[in-house]
Amino acid sequence: MTTITAPFARRVLRAEGLLRARELGIVLAIVVVFGATTINNHAFAEAHSVQQLLTGASLIALLAVGETLVIVTRNVDLSVGSVVGLSAYVVGDVFVHHPHTPAIVGFVLGTLIGAVVGVINGLITTIARVPSLVVTLAALYIVRGIDASIVNGKRIDPVNVPKAFTEVGYKTVLGIPWLAIIVAVVVVVVGYAMRTFRSARDLYAIGSNPEAATLAGVPAGRRIVCAFTISGALAGFGGALFLAEFATVDATGATGYELSVVAAVVVGGVAIFGGSGTVLGAALGAVLLNTINQALVASRISSFWNQAVAGALLLVAIAFDRWLGLRVARRMQTAEGAHRDV
Amino acid sequence: MSETRTAPPDVVPSVGVAREVPWRAALRWESGLVVVLVATLIFAGTQSSEFFTQSTMFYVGLNMGEIAIMALPLALIVMTGEIDLSVASMLGLSGTIMGYLFSNGWNVYLAMAVALLAGAVGGALNGVLITGLGLPSIAVTIGTLTLFRGLAEVILGNSTVGGYPASLTKIGVTPIQGTQLSYSVVIFVGLAVVCAIVLHATPLGRAIFAIGLQSEAAHFAGIRVGRIKFWLYVVSGAVCALAGILFTLKNASARYDAGTGLELNVVAIVLLGGVSIFGGRGSVVGVVLSVVIVGSLQQALTQMQVDAQVQNIVLGGLLLVSVIVPNGAEAARRIRARTRRRVPA
Repeated sequence: MTTITAPFARRVLRAEGLLRARELGIVLAIVVVFGATTINNHAFAEAHSVQQLLTGASLIALLAVGETLVIVTRNVDLSVGSVVGLSAYVVGDVFVHHPHTPAIVGFVLGTLIGAVVGVINGLITTIARVPSLVVTLAALYIVRGIDASIVNGKRIDPVNVPKAFTEVGYKTVLGIPWLAIIVAVVVVVVGYAMRTFRSARDLYAIGSNPEAATLAGVPAGRRIVCAFTISGALAGFGGALFLAEFATVDATGATGYELSVVAAVVVGGVAIFGGSGTVLGAALGAVLLNTINQALVASRISSFWNQAVAGALLLVAIAFDRWLGLRVARRMQTAEGAHRDV
Repeated sequence: MSETRTAPPDVVPSVGVAREVPWRAALRWESGLVVVLVATLIFAGTQSSEFFTQSTMFYVGLNMGEIAIMALPLALIVMTGEIDLSVASMLGLSGTIMGYLFSNGWNVYLAMAVALLAGAVGGALNGVLITGLGLPSIAVTIGTLTLFRGLAEVILGNSTVGGYPASLTKIGVTPIQGTQLSYSVVIFVGLAVVCAIVLHATPLGRAIFAIGLQSEAAHFAGIRVGRIKFWLYVVSGAVCALAGILFTLKNASARYDAGTGLELNVVAIVLLGGVSIFGGRGSVVGVVLSVVIVGSLQQALTQMQVDAQVQNIVLGGLLLVSVIVPNGAEAARRIRARTRRRVPA
């Protein structure tokens, strides 16, 4: 027994070490970009600049956490941008009609709206066994359409959003923006759960091999619905944060976020075909993309370069991921071979 | 989207599906689309007195032309089990390149040729990354979606380039003489015929289906999987560049953000047309029908003064129904089987 498990455990450890190195790599990239920009422009390292950096990355990082859960199961959730828009407007609308609503109600309401969309996405995907790409693409359109019909050409203005609510968007604790703290808490909690709990590990099993997972007794359908629900809930919560951050929203709020989120997740080392990746990596991916954007601005390189650099970086990240994957596979093979020789 | 890895267990063609002759399943799908189309036309005719006028046909063509053109190569790519999300960005980049060169004194036709070439090169980049390095197409093309749009932004910035010869920009205002067809529709029909012949009547078409059904088996059967996919991406890039030129001329201006977000509309049309997202299934007729359905529905809703964003509900709903209905019968069977299993216990 031990002869089989020991090398296997060592192999897992080594693979895990490489994964951890992946997150380390992103952190290094962030540090390099940050450092190089600071040498160029010292204002980049000033407190308010760093605060802006963190605030700007928060929302995408939050959405990336939910998206990771879904992508790990070999699915995808393209509806997050629309959900953010819908939730932000509905929460704002409640404040317009009931100005004395406590701020916490706004966050709870936003989260619930997102969770409902997530449950529907998950149920359709699992019960009808329809590819999630199509289901959530349809949801992207439908939710945005519902949003537009509720908005009906109006807009939420900063005067209508209670101060207690918008404070979450700009206040800081010990110099750290509330937004960043909230998202960091979500990353830590979900990240811990994804490492520890059996139900969360099931998500990886489903993504690695759906058939094998089902045969092993993993309730795949239920887990996938759960992943979609959490992704939706986080997107809905993100909508409330969107309103807190910008204090204004119309029918086009957060349009196109879905692809930024998927990009952050991929840069963060989550395999697009499921089975591997961490929420920490995904969140760091969002921070890296935002750092690069801000660095271009700070280096007085025309902001027109933002997208081109982000796109090139994404391609490099995907290629790097592939190279890493091949290396792990080769190592595992050699480890197996060595074991057989013994 | 590559190989069989994306397919959840039950979507891998089961015995039940394999027993059916492919064209019969396709025929059923298309007849469903025809029913939807007829329903759409009846709905449009009763809701808007202006729908059955000649100008409607022109405007539907004008609105859908570029999207429809981009949908054709994408349909072929999806049939091989891959995807291309960079189509709309390529549309923007090609229009940008054409506008930039034109504003620098180039001959407009030469500028168009360079834009087309850029499209092919961009497609080749997708192709190399996907077939050469073996990267997942969904991730690669999200990357090139951002990259192409970014390059367009670098080239043109916030400026707009206009001033094209009126003989060219008239395609956005007047139909082809003597008909009610827009120029882009004629190009679309021409491309659709070519695609239909290639897909349904040549060995290459059979190879595309074979790759989509079982990439590995196709490889062992001697089909050059990588090469076919690569060239499909090149064609897709060039065709999207063509759409970008038409889009620029239609609006008589080039902007870097032309057609932002259209990629999802194109994907939606391809999927509504009955092309399986897992590859191996679909037809050009289905894609054409889906273009006509979406085009007339949007036109009818616009004539009813429904907000463009709200129209999305209908598009999304159609998309959802289009995937659930074919799977519905099987899902019902599965649920029945499960309850039957429970009864004796």
